[in-house]
This record gives sequence, C-alpha cells and structure tokens, in this order.
Amino acid sequence: MYTQALNDPANKIANVAEDDEEQYARFMARIDADEKIEPNDWMPDSYRKTLIRQISQHANSEIIGMLPEGNWNTRAPTLRRKATLLAKIQDEGGHGLYLYSAAETLGISREEMEHQLITGKARYSSIFNYPTLSWADIGTIGWLVDGAAIMNQIPLCRCSFGPYARAMVRVCKEESFHQRQGYEILLALCNGSDEQKEMAQDSINRWWWPSIMMFGPHDTDSTHSDQSMAWKIKRISNDDLRQKFIDATVPQAHFLGLEIPDPDMKYNEETGHWEFGEIDWDEFKQVLAGNGPCNRERLAARTQAFEDGKWVQEAALAHANKQAARAASKEAA
Amino acid sequence: MSDKSSDSPIWEVFIRSKNGLSHNHVGSVHATDKEMALQNARDVYTRRAEGTSIWVVLSSDIAASDPMNKDELFEPGSDKIYRHPTFYDIPDEVGHM
Ligand SMILES: [Fe+2]
Ligand SMILES: [Fe+2]
Repeated sequence: MYTQALNDPANKIANVAEDDEEQYARFMARIDADEKIEPNDWMPDSYRKTLIRQISQHANSEIIGMLPEGNWNTRAPTLRRKATLLAKIQDEGGHGLYLYSAAETLGISREEMEHQLITGKARYSSIFNYPTLSWADIGTIGWLVDGAAIMNQIPLCRCSFGPYARAMVRVCKEESFHQRQGYEILLALCNGSDEQKEMAQDSINRWWWPSIMMFGPHDTDSTHSDQSMAWKIKRISNDDLRQKFIDATVPQAHFLGLEIPDPDMKYNEETGHWEFGEIDWDEFKQVLAGNGPCNRERLAARTQAFEDGKWVQEAALAHANKQAARAASKEAA
Repeated sequence: MSDKSSDSPIWEVFIRSKNGLSHNHVGSVHATDKEMALQNARDVYTRRAEGTSIWVVLSSDIAASDPMNKDELFEPGSDKIYRHPTFYDIPDEVGHM
C-alpha cells in the first residue's frame, strides 16, 4: 500500500535473534494480549526498524501525494471545487506530519526522514508517480486512491504500536470526505455532456490498474507479511484488502455508468466476489524502481521545496536564538 | 535531537477539545519558538475545530516515568482494596451510599 517497498526482498530486515529471548517473549505476550506498545517500552530492534520504515514511507506518500493534486489547484472548474481541493491537499500535508511525528517517537529525526526521501533511500507509494492529465483525474484519485488508502488505514487503527494506531484514527476520520468529494466530481461529469463522461471513462482507464496495485504484491510474493502479521503491525493481507476494495468499487463504477478496464472482471454468484484479471506486476516493479511516468518530477519538486524552504527554517532558528539570548541577558542584568 | 541536526526542536501538543474537559496529548510539532509551536499545532491538529485551547511544551522538558519501573510505581495501588467503596459492607436497608 503506502508502504509497498516493505514487500521488496532486497530490503529484508534481520530477524529477532539478536534480542534477549526473555524480553522478546514478554513483548510477544503483550502483543498477543492486544496491548499497545509505546515508544519507551522495550521492543525488538527489528520491530522498531520495520515500523520506522513503514511509518516514514507512509508519511512520504502523504507528502508526495499532494503533488499530483496540486497540479489542478489553479484550474479547478469552480470556487467550490477549488476550496475543496485545497482543503483536501492540506489534510494530506497534515497526515504526513502526524505520521512523521509518530515515526520520530521511535528515534529517527525528521531531517533524516526528509534526507532519505529526497535521496531515494526511502520510498513512497507507486500510485503518486502517475500524472494528473485531466480534471476527472482529481475525481478518480479521491474515489479510488483515497478509497484504497482508507481500506488499508482502517485496520492500521488497531496496529500494535500506539502512536501509529492513534495517528491512523485521526487520519481515518478525515479521509471519508476525500473519497466522497472525488466520487461527487465523477458524478457531475457522468451526468454531464458526452465529452465529460468520456473524460471520466478515460481517467478510470488510466487509474484502475495502478489503484489495485496499491495493495502490493500477492500474498504468496509478499516477503514481510508474516512477521508484520505476527507483530500486529499488519492485520489484513494484501490480497484480502484488494478483494474488499474491488468488491466495493465495481458497483460504484457501474452506478456512474462507467466500465472497469478489465475484460476478465466478472461476478461470481457463489462467492459473492468480483473476479479480476492478471495484474501487470512488471509495470508495478518498474514504477517502484523509479521508472514510472513521474518519479523524477516528484522527487525534483520535493527537493526544490526542501531547498527553497531552507532559508526560512534557518532564519526562524536564528531569530529564536537571538530572542532567547536577549531574554537571558535581560534576566542577568 | 542530535546536535548536528538543523531540525528545530520538538514540542508536544495538548488540546482541550471542549470547554470543561482537560487537555489531552495529540502528537507533536517542530517549531523554533513557542509562538510558532502554537501556530503549527493549530494548523496540524485543529483543522476541524477539534479544540478550544492548546498547550505546547518542549519535549525535552518532559519528565516521564520509566516503563521498566511500572511494577514498583503502580503495583502498590492494586493490593489496597480498602481504598475502594466496594470493600465496605453496608446493609441494603441503609439505602444508596
Ligand atoms: Fe491521507
Ligand atoms: Fe486522503
């Protein structure tokens, strides 16, 4: 999902062996009893590393995710849509900040996470490397991309690490407006002219497959899933979440009068599930490896924002130091 | 915070959600001084009127109990059952007490 790279075998994390067995047993007993682990509690190093990686990638996805939508800020068709889009993007920035703050409790600095993002050491979700070519894409992102994020984030509210779980509760409360505003955009287009409806269909044609790739590789190919499940960081498998998402969205597409761009999609009366075609994992791997349509553009924009904002941070820090020194010398006098 | 970091300090954020309730911890922000910490806390944690008051405090100024000492700190509280009202038998005829 927002942390797909965790499934990458190249990033494999060392196992628990190095940690004291007794402490590990106590830790696992707490996990099994559904207790929350808090930042100052003992935790195995590999649990800490997995969480730092997952939470920082999740945060990076929220931050990078603002870019494709920001592309339409100045071109939203009405003031109402523009106010909505700005509020939505501001929420995503907030989500990134809740998550960075949760990751910091594990001992990594904000600066280090920023550094890992712009140097490509830390990843973000593959979905944000696709371009927003039409206004309909803003609708589709809200409906499908935020919809997929919600599917993933709801079980994370029960994650074993307290600060992450609490950040997710806050995020989930805000997400539902994101999905609804997106679907409403598509409703307006699908009830509009033929060209508008075509624009909506074209958008789904481009976003459908990348959206269902957001759930990551099939369970059989997902390297860290078992360990993350045992630690209750992950609570539902990639394939189960993907199926849930597809079952929820296919009827919503039909309500709009739109086609899902998958000729193999069919309803199985017996199981009550929508069955879908083969996912192009090659495309998925290429985008994760940095070769998607917008990877370079996204990182360049983030790097520039970071560089351009540096002087503000430095000036604020200099100002604060000067004020503090002045207050101290006044007190001494 | 490591000394080589150019990160601004971390402030813990506490919000009173409604008049009459106490402030609750919600997360943290980076800021160079208290004014900026309050502004950042407002932008990050109260976009939907989640609060009527904000406290910020430098994370480094917080003293916290050590989870390893949980037993010696909190265990004595659980074996003093005479601190609870149910420890005392009062006949039903007395009525609610
Ligand atoms: Fe978000
Ligand atoms: Fe969202």
